[in-house]
Amino acid sequence: MSQDIDQERRQFVSVAGLAAAATVVAPGAFLLDGSAEAGSRREPAVDKVRYGMFIDTTKCADGCTECVTACEKENGIDLLRMPEGADPEEWDRQRPRWMRTVKVKDRLTGRVSNLPMMCQHCEHPPCVDVCPTGASFRRADGIVMVDRHICIGCRYCMMACPYKARSFIHENVDQQLSIAPRGKGCVESCNFCVHRRDNGENTTACQDACSHGAIVFGDLNDSNSEVSKVLREKDNTQLRADLKLNTSVRYCGI
Amino acid sequence: MLTGALVLVLGANAAEHSNRSVVKGSKAYELDSCVEPTSVMRKLHPTFIKHQRDITVHHGIRGDKHSLSGCVDCHATKDAQGRYTPVNAPGQFCESCHEYAGVEIPCFTCHATTPTGRKGE
Repeated sequence: MSQDIDQERRQFVSVAGLAAAATVVAPGAFLLDGSAEAGSRREPAVDKVRYGMFIDTTKCADGCTECVTACEKENGIDLLRMPEGADPEEWDRQRPRWMRTVKVKDRLTGRVSNLPMMCQHCEHPPCVDVCPTGASFRRADGIVMVDRHICIGCRYCMMACPYKARSFIHENVDQQLSIAPRGKGCVESCNFCVHRRDNGENTTACQDACSHGAIVFGDLNDSNSEVSKVLREKDNTQLRADLKLNTSVRYCGI
Repeated sequence: MLTGALVLVLGANAAEHSNRSVVKGSKAYELDSCVEPTSVMRKLHPTFIKHQRDITVHHGIRGDKHSLSGCVDCHATKDAQGRYTPVNAPGQFCESCHEYAGVEIPCFTCHATTPTGRKGE
């Protein structure tokens, strides 16, 4: 069977979807952005910006979880408790994780790389392709996220994601942060700290927490941004580049 | 300016004539009216919030006046220990009216019920 990805078909499907969406979007929804200003965003996010990340795995220390801990604190994942009577192993396997650390080893050479793994914010996200309700979507500025208001919890996106980036909330949640709503029956994943984007901040929690300077975040469309510069200078790759998803997260040293 | 004055007058009138259900100790208690006149808010607050949620989630606009976190921020009260009481707790602003009307508030199965969301803050 051919493994080639049919981008033409993908584009046709996405254009058809856009045409359908355009009929229901109110006029004035395509205004210019004010994303450079500090303070809360007042104009819609636009595709002039594409957020992305560079991760230098050569700087990632074995056993380090600074980024994961910061992510969980930032997005209220640390507030979740194992339900009473649950199996700890099952909880550990199924609890939400927006970011994981992964160790990969080349069997031939024995070279080991440690890397943080999360939503790769694909340009052609499979999770968006399969979502039956439109809850899984790619925002104009390239952030792939879930609209929990219309998520029905079918978990097709979890199956479709090649990076195992999404989590499902199985039980009622009694405590949430105002910036990260969360409830039973919805899927969630890394959203590049979208509340920070909308409130005029320039960093993500994982980037701030990394004492090794392994994570650089910024606008891929701005050739002067720090992330664009480092991507130009350093050798980097996409995970599963063969899938032609054009991910916004790029890794160096794997 | 004229419009501003008109809104002020409407707001003041609405506050005078309304049977105030806002809870003492909240920021809202100190104000004449909500982001819209009280009579409008009573009838249309679900519409405002529902419209705003789509704009916020899909377009990232968080600075608008019809945000749910704005509701919580303004209507939450603190207890004697200085900790926030959830807005959906018995007797609090959201719950008292929804209880009377027999309408569930599904917002708070996912959304934070206090301004910060972290308990004890």
